[in-house]
Amino acid sequence: MHPPPEVHTDHLHGTQAAFADALWAGALPPGLAAPQPDEVVRRFGVYRNNVMHGLSRALERRFPVIARLVGSEFFAALARSFAAAHPPRSPVLIDWGDAFADFLARFPPLAQLPYLPDVARLEFARGSAYHAADAAPAPAEALVTEDPGRLHLRLHPSVHLIASPWPVLTIWRANQPGHPPARIPAHHREQALIARTPALEVIVEPLDAPSHAVLSALQRGTRLAEAAGPDDPAAALTLLLRHQLITHIGETP
Amino acid sequence: MPAMPALPATAGLGFKPEHFAEISRRPGAVGFYEVHAENYMGAGGAPNAMLSRLRADHALSLHGVGLSIGGAGPLDRAHLARLRALVDRYEPESFSEHLAWSSHDTAWLNDLLPLPYTADTLDRVCAHVDQAQEALGLRLLLENPATYLAFEASTMGETEFLSEIVRRTGCGLLLDVNNVFVSATNQRSDPRAYLADFPLGAVGEIHLAGHSEEALPSGPLLIDTHGQPVADPVWSLYAEVIARTGPLPTLIEWDTDVPAFAVLLQEAGRARRILDAGGHAHASAA
Repeated sequence: MHPPPEVHTDHLHGTQAAFADALWAGALPPGLAAPQPDEVVRRFGVYRNNVMHGLSRALERRFPVIARLVGSEFFAALARSFAAAHPPRSPVLIDWGDAFADFLARFPPLAQLPYLPDVARLEFARGSAYHAADAAPAPAEALVTEDPGRLHLRLHPSVHLIASPWPVLTIWRANQPGHPPARIPAHHREQALIARTPALEVIVEPLDAPSHAVLSALQRGTRLAEAAGPDDPAAALTLLLRHQLITHIGETP
Repeated sequence: MPAMPALPATAGLGFKPEHFAEISRRPGAVGFYEVHAENYMGAGGAPNAMLSRLRADHALSLHGVGLSIGGAGPLDRAHLARLRALVDRYEPESFSEHLAWSSHDTAWLNDLLPLPYTADTLDRVCAHVDQAQEALGLRLLLENPATYLAFEASTMGETEFLSEIVRRTGCGLLLDVNNVFVSATNQRSDPRAYLADFPLGAVGEIHLAGHSEEALPSGPLLIDTHGQPVADPVWSLYAEVIARTGPLPTLIEWDTDVPAFAVLLQEAGRARRILDAGGHAHASAA
């Protein structure tokens, strides 16, 4: 065993900085020891593999349809690039991956699959809905007033709305496990609502464009009359009531 | 520091959500469950609903993998606050963390990385254990790591290092017997010598898990995968520990390629038989 290096306060910081850098890039950090010194590279590889494989698996759990669309081998390389550019900033991996959709949009090898970012947004929204705060549904009778247009509705914290120039919902559904391959006409818009029901099930429901507009306005805190505008809000409200996604009904937001 | 109600000195299992329905039908199938704290830090939804239900019927061990107690930098106060919120909400019988580091500057590295065992590291780790115990209002258990490498700078052995942490901070230890076997095999040292030096009096919980094996020119390289049954040599070491200590809360960890609940129950049953036999041996030796 070598004599200890001169102790100064940043020695451990330096050791860990070199170790952390080497997890991502080529050269090994100095000062590592193994019973057979020529086995250090292989042993360090266990840590590298644990970190990369662990992050790749975490990302794949969050974006299984993206993994299916690009293939698992490509996804592992993609995850590595993403993790290097956007490493998790917290041990709570639930929050990691919010930058993945934008990363996909700027990743040159995927330029031929321009719908991927919106599929990723849908998948991230599902995870966010799964972990969103709990909130009790409001009694629906409160909607029955002389002037419902004056009402503000608060939507459940799990509600996410997506509007895409691509058929994201159709693509997402066609790539669920066990779903047979399908030809999907690429050029039509789709909108979707993602939310969690009181039974804690995460749902993904298609929305027509007017319903998407109504729900987006309600989510911003707009009164029902202005949120609906010229559109009939009945379809949007029916969906909210069916899944008990309104947590507050009142004349104030 | 208020004493926590201890985990029962019997076999427990790591909780896997896919087993939730079966566990709910069979409350008390094992003596306690353990969860990774970081998986329950979402705001709401199914994970916390399941954990509330699990906790209502069972003793609970909260096991952190994210505090980076061996990190050179300061502990993440936001993370300590999240842990405190879980401790307050679920009132676990035990909270444990690792002798390892896992974040650097602002990046989270998602693995339990090794430390040089020096006086400088010891000061840092002890300060972090003190800070965590203070912030969480409990006596934590610190787990010995599985290692694949060592550091030239190390000036003390791992058991000496852990003993010193216990002496200075008053924390307890989580003895992972699989990690002992994995590290000793990888460092070409004797796991029994390690256990002979280990401060067993401070152990509040034991972990058992499976490992995988690769071949290096100089011999086997064991990897702590938590993805298969506990290996026979690890069971032997475990039985020897229990014969010395008497029964201790013992967790079967199985985190990847999770099998059917019945398979986990078999592993827990094997631990329970050793606890029963070892407890008797310990009582008659006393």
